[in-house]
Amino acid sequence: MRKSPQPAAWAAIACFVATIFAGPSAAEVKLAFIDPLSGGAASAGINAQKHFTYEIDKINAAGGLNGEKLSIVFYDNKVDPQESLIALKKALDDGARYIFQGNGSAVALAISDAVLKYNERNPGKEVLYFNYAAVDPALTNAKCNFWHFRFDSDADMKMTALVNFIATQPQVKKVYLINQDYSFGKAVASAARRMLADKRPDVEIVGDELHPLQKVQDFSPYVAKIKASGADTVITGNWSNDMYLLFKAGKDAGLKVTWYTYYADALGAPTAIGRDGNGVVKVVTSFHGNALPEPDPDVAAFRKRFTDKLDEFNYYRLNTAFMMLTAAAAKAKSNDPVKIARALEGMKLTTSVGDVEMRADNHQLLQPLYVATFSDNVKFDVEKTGLGFKTDVKVTAKDTAMPTTCQMQRPNG
Amino acid sequence: MSESKTASPVPERRSGALLQWLERRKAWLFAAIVLIILPHVPGLDGNFGRSLLSQMGIAAVFALSYNLLLGQTGLLSFGHAVYFGLGGYAGIHLMRAINAGLPIPMPLVPLAGAATGLAFGMLFGALTTRRAGVVFALISLGVGELVFAAMRILQGFSGGEEGITANRGMGPHPFGLTFGPQLQVYYVIVFWSAMAAALMAAFLRTPAGRMCNAVRDNPERAAFIGYDPVRIRFVVFCVAAMFAGLAGGLHALNYEIVAAEAVGAGRSGTVLLMAYIGGVHSFFGAVLGAVTITWLQVSLSDYTTAWQLYLGLFFIAVVLFAPGGLSGLLLMHRPILGTRAFLHVVKSYAIAALPALAAAAGAIMLLEINYRRATQPDTGARMRLFWMDVDTSSVWPWLSAIALLAGGAFLFNRCRRLVANAWQQASDEARTVGGMQREPRP
Amino acid sequence: MLEIITFSLLNGVVYGLLLFMVSSGLTLIFSLMGVLNFAHASMFMLGAYFSYQIGTWIGFWPALVIAPLLVGAIGAAVERYGLRHVHKQGHVAEILFTFGLAYLVAESVIMIWGRNPIENRVPAVIDFPAFLLFGTSYPAYKVLMMAISVGMFAFLYLAFRRTRLGLIIRAALTHPEMVGALGHDVPRIFVLVFAIGSALAGLAGVIGGFALLTEPSMAAALGPIVFVVVVVGGLGSITGAFIASMLIGIIQTFAVSLDYSLLDLLRVFHVVVSSDSAFHEVAAVKIAQAAPLIPYLLLVVILIFRPRGLLGRRDA
Repeated sequence: MRKSPQPAAWAAIACFVATIFAGPSAAEVKLAFIDPLSGGAASAGINAQKHFTYEIDKINAAGGLNGEKLSIVFYDNKVDPQESLIALKKALDDGARYIFQGNGSAVALAISDAVLKYNERNPGKEVLYFNYAAVDPALTNAKCNFWHFRFDSDADMKMTALVNFIATQPQVKKVYLINQDYSFGKAVASAARRMLADKRPDVEIVGDELHPLQKVQDFSPYVAKIKASGADTVITGNWSNDMYLLFKAGKDAGLKVTWYTYYADALGAPTAIGRDGNGVVKVVTSFHGNALPEPDPDVAAFRKRFTDKLDEFNYYRLNTAFMMLTAAAAKAKSNDPVKIARALEGMKLTTSVGDVEMRADNHQLLQPLYVATFSDNVKFDVEKTGLGFKTDVKVTAKDTAMPTTCQMQRPNG
Repeated sequence: MSESKTASPVPERRSGALLQWLERRKAWLFAAIVLIILPHVPGLDGNFGRSLLSQMGIAAVFALSYNLLLGQTGLLSFGHAVYFGLGGYAGIHLMRAINAGLPIPMPLVPLAGAATGLAFGMLFGALTTRRAGVVFALISLGVGELVFAAMRILQGFSGGEEGITANRGMGPHPFGLTFGPQLQVYYVIVFWSAMAAALMAAFLRTPAGRMCNAVRDNPERAAFIGYDPVRIRFVVFCVAAMFAGLAGGLHALNYEIVAAEAVGAGRSGTVLLMAYIGGVHSFFGAVLGAVTITWLQVSLSDYTTAWQLYLGLFFIAVVLFAPGGLSGLLLMHRPILGTRAFLHVVKSYAIAALPALAAAAGAIMLLEINYRRATQPDTGARMRLFWMDVDTSSVWPWLSAIALLAGGAFLFNRCRRLVANAWQQASDEARTVGGMQREPRP
Repeated sequence: MLEIITFSLLNGVVYGLLLFMVSSGLTLIFSLMGVLNFAHASMFMLGAYFSYQIGTWIGFWPALVIAPLLVGAIGAAVERYGLRHVHKQGHVAEILFTFGLAYLVAESVIMIWGRNPIENRVPAVIDFPAFLLFGTSYPAYKVLMMAISVGMFAFLYLAFRRTRLGLIIRAALTHPEMVGALGHDVPRIFVLVFAIGSALAGLAGVIGGFALLTEPSMAAALGPIVFVVVVVGGLGSITGAFIASMLIGIIQTFAVSLDYSLLDLLRVFHVVVSSDSAFHEVAAVKIAQAAPLIPYLLLVVILIFRPRGLLGRRDA
């Protein structure tokens, strides 16, 4: 080992890192978006990014939050918990007080935990974490905290809606559960077991399969198993490729079942499922294109502004989130995160889908849920596929409430 | 480039022991002072700067441990993250125990990682180091996939992809240090990183360490002079696994969360890139690679969504044009450092840099415009490029990008002769003045 | 029961044949050049995208021919202008080069076709049921896939055994210097082999594109398993690669239908593991859950006990 190169190396390091500068600027409310903008999961993040752009422009056009403009910085976390924590630190340095994230429960738990620790260690500089899509029930139960607010319905709430609907469907006799082998998949499977046993004890669960997450290329063996079990219904929390490939293998093997899914309306899914899903794919969701008799003005404005084939108004709940943020700021007469958090607790609003409420005991938004079928007999199609979602049943916000184990620790004062 | 192999320690003298000692270690001392000052440099004194520096320190230890395998012993591993991740899990479980009341100060957590890395290194090393070369590489790939899958399945231990969290602020607070603030953690990481680097450097001076290169270059001959290559490989593997485990323990302390991806193939690939890009033939190359790649991964995505494309191009460029890695590029200049013609070399670089930058700017413009149009067509034709507003629906940005690229490439090609001449001059001078034995290759 | 076994076998064979299609080219490349080509699966992906694009312009059958040829040409260019220069710097440099190339291909695909899966549906000309089995129709494209795969095997086997080129390649496998000394242009053989290997991957991509999903990460998903096939099969052995593919396909498929865990085995011997012990979590893993790991387990076991693979002529 030579010695003298080392100063050169360190000088190089110093040069590298000195290029990174960050400086806070004038009075505005700073938001940070931490989600994938590159890599495999980027499409979801980019779609959400458009929603943020739309919502923030709308609020700023109406005068901002208590007269202060909103500004947002988009940080790419590559759906990686570690990258997310670095992005979070970057956002905190940049002065962000409101953190938005949605993709991936692993990331959500990491951010929630980091925000909790940050607020403990930096009193007076608290930040809030608005989660708009991560649905692991733990976030509003065992691992809840005061700084986290969830605007999507969690996996258990969605399952209640699905099972309540199945309870009204006498033709469902044999159910097969197939899920990804990780916390969310397991949560879906156990919720389905528990709730079916409660609501439809006569239904037989003929299979409960866990397969590795995003590793399976060929789902035909799984489909052969489903087929052999004689199932008439499949419940799956699978998303992205795990859902498309499963569905595709089912179609190839001539599997005749009804699919109850969590993510058949996610970005790109309607395209991947296509015409074969007509009438047999169902989804539980907080919003879809035909949820309202006439499209919401926001949906119309959004679609006018973003015209790509895949640009659907997928995150109606973000609209709700920003309505709540505005209302809370008005109620608190302040843009201070702690005051806004207190104002958000228990807040009730009426949106175009109905009454919504932010629960005070666990910071979970209660909003209407829809069970809908992918069908060609609809007014508005999705992703220009010629098919769209058609409501089977709408569950009102209060009917989605679940008991919680959350023991909320509130800050003093 | 083979500087590290042939470098010999400074001859020992007994007079003025302390001064001598300081003299010989001035690079280390200088590095230590820089590391202590860095987190107070403007721009790096925020949470982000400090955590970036912390991550670089962790990556440096990890890459150095990998360099023991690849650079020193010629063992290509696709599964080095196994020991990093398992060390990280040991660290995070120890932190939880401390949170629950175990009276151990937090800065000792990385030792648990090192012990775990060593234990698993011994276990898997016994199976995998019997062979070198491609067989070793492929076994490490298989072991990596298996351990990763096992971590996904054994959620009680690993917390699956959500991971296990702990709180580094809850525990004994020696000297009033809570270890909550990033600065304190940074110094803990710097301490352990420096220790690890010094120990690894020391290891390479032991007989076993010296035999690594022999085993890499000619295992039969190493066997003839009485060293069993399998044994040497095993020892190096265990040492490398131990330091990877230490890095994992530091990771646990820094992020307070360890998830299954810590043992995953992605991390194994990253450390390979760090070690290679930095340059495998010199000790500090791994550090340089770790710092560069960490910075690129964290910051490049702030500027462009096509960062993976640039990363790919960067790897290919290094492999094709700088086989000694970044440190190889730097070390290449050592022989001519003192010569007067060195100024000419620097001047020729400066001249060649202009067309090179122009060509790069042209290429980046083309890539960015294309990428934007392909991935975000709805954002419209207007976009920002290099602090300029550009309308991509008109022909001008395209034309100017192509002109920059073509013109820059043409001129750069011309400048290459300039650089070569300056090099020739400098190396001639170096040979006559310094009596260099080896001819530097530009 | 018979129905399940038949379908499992059929599924296993189909998946195995798909694996063989992708890995046969890599067997050639890896055996001859010793290059751990991480970009091989990228060639598979390019085949899928090219055939989709050509298919929408001039139809499926021409695409089936043109797409692999295009991919082969790209492969030749990669070898001639990239790998050849890296070769002398050793394996790590080659791996990094192909690694970077894999990134580049994926990003280029994103630049052209976007990030989301494209609608690469089974072409209408082969989208019909081929036959009925236990009352279930079997899709024709899978039959075509099997036919192409078996044809590929026969072609490679005969080309290897019966032609002069095959003879030279086989000789270059074991004695490259000697072959060069005899006046054969070894670098040109390398280009040719790389082109053929890439074209075969491209052909696999044409079929694999609609059998699986055509999207930018499809290469990354298939990459490692292809190495497993090559290593388990043995270097320089097309037959070995064929057997390894079928083995992996069938074992993996049958493993999925086995809902048994170590716990069940222990129960047979009246051993009860309490559910709060650490061992319980390990023992409760079902074989079906661990099925996709089996190839890697096979890889490690084979490399430790028989590093030359099933039918290899020399150690990896």
